[in-house]
Amino acid sequence: MRSKKDPDRSRQAKGNFSRRGFIRGVGIGGGALGTGLLENAAEAAPATAASAGPGPVPITLNINGKPVNLTVEPRVTLLDALRNRLDLTGAKRVCDRGTCGACTVLMNGKSVYSCSVLAIDAQGKAIETIEGIAEPGKLHPVSAAFWNHDAQQCGYCTPGFVMAAKGFLAEHPNPNLEDVEHGLGGNLCRCGTYMGVRQAVLEAARTLKTQGGKNG
Amino acid sequence: MQAFEYSNPASLKEATALLAASWGEADVLAGGTDLISLMKDSLHTPKRVVNIKSIHELGGIVRTAAGLRIGATVTMDELARNAEVRAGYPALADAAAGIPSPQIRHMGTVGGDLCQRPRCWYYRQGFGLLAMKEGKSLVTGGENQYHAIFGGGPAYFVSASSLGPALIALEAKVRLLSAKGARVIPAIEFFVTPQDESTREIALRPDEILTEILVLAAATHSATYEVRQKEALDWPLAAASVAIKMKGPVVGSARIVLGHVAPTPWEATAAGEWLAGKNITVETAEAAGKAAVEGAQPLSHNTYKVTLAKTAVKRALLAAAKVRA
Repeated sequence: MRSKKDPDRSRQAKGNFSRRGFIRGVGIGGGALGTGLLENAAEAAPATAASAGPGPVPITLNINGKPVNLTVEPRVTLLDALRNRLDLTGAKRVCDRGTCGACTVLMNGKSVYSCSVLAIDAQGKAIETIEGIAEPGKLHPVSAAFWNHDAQQCGYCTPGFVMAAKGFLAEHPNPNLEDVEHGLGGNLCRCGTYMGVRQAVLEAARTLKTQGGKNG
Repeated sequence: MQAFEYSNPASLKEATALLAASWGEADVLAGGTDLISLMKDSLHTPKRVVNIKSIHELGGIVRTAAGLRIGATVTMDELARNAEVRAGYPALADAAAGIPSPQIRHMGTVGGDLCQRPRCWYYRQGFGLLAMKEGKSLVTGGENQYHAIFGGGPAYFVSASSLGPALIALEAKVRLLSAKGARVIPAIEFFVTPQDESTREIALRPDEILTEILVLAAATHSATYEVRQKEALDWPLAAASVAIKMKGPVVGSARIVLGHVAPTPWEATAAGEWLAGKNITVETAEAAGKAAVEGAQPLSHNTYKVTLAKTAVKRALLAAAKVRA
């Protein structure tokens, strides 16, 4: 099939995702979230129940347990807000069409494709990203199991797989191999490391259980 | 993605007032698993997006005297896990659980499954629903391995709905609401084969919201069987949903509906009627499968779908009747 130019890209460069906005976003990344930076806060109309936009509107997201204020157009996806505005670049933009799973984050504990959620629509939800699952310098048991089983090659799909696996294990603490295959059906790995990923998730299930069943 | 105004109404009255009389003005946002991609590809360029997830009455699965009322914003995950749906309407639970991606099941909604646009790659690449160029179909002479084997054109895309075939087999109804009032139509009438580019593949009007699905009290054995190419996220190559009402030891009546073989879910009426008065055995299930694909008109690259559809019917019937092959 002939591929069509994504008109989105050029418009975003001119519009909301300006270099200026991106650089400004970098300043509130990582653990220093919640500084309440608003871009043109005075001009932006608040997101009321009735309607918001199409211009930038202030929103509040709850990311990794902390409230974060930012100003985005309603068309901005959660993925783009995380990556381009908040410097949380763990979730990856690959297919950007809700198919590959590289952008997976947890929303109220459930895995979702952050490319297919509007940032404005993610308000009021507990959003968990790969950056927030372990203390700095430490690995979450799921991440550690991926390391142990060489469950990545290029690594681009890995943050999404880890988040999908974390969400899956919270609901299925005692999975068998078939459960794992089915439970990770929403993530693709171009390098084909599925064998390692499956073993890693089984090991993570065992580790989490010996830690008292707490998946966090 | 074109910029839009985002509305977040708390009531259906507010929501319907925000919709417009013609397509292109406003789009309804539920799970977003299709709409956001459609907007990224500029296939939908609404001026306003109306989020309906804050409308409390659109959620929940409730038992009523007549059967089950399934709210439009119930997610596929909720539907697949619901104990009443699993016990009374396995065809629906199977179809929802069949979606291989937990991420899609967590966000995707029942209403969105019915209203999603076709996955036909000609449509998705901007060639329109009928994919016509200079009066000729690009599909019939092109890459049509995933396209229709029933219907005979001019539309050759296949309905992408996972729940549609099951809802038709179960004789479900859908409720559509506009500012002017509500109408309730049989699920089979919700799906439409467009004859030109100005019509859509569903009966929903631009000023309407699909609010709920009404499934009759369960007195049927039902099942859905999907044939998929891979375990990861994709749409089935062919599927069948069946609902059987027994009359003593034999079939009283049966409804067989094929999925992913036509621009709408495709009811195999004759095959269902043929089963009346018979026991479900491997032999009768196979014969019903054969009857269900009678008259198929495969395109240049999809004859294999005839065999898959036939087998899907057989396996769905055996699953519904709990007969081991």
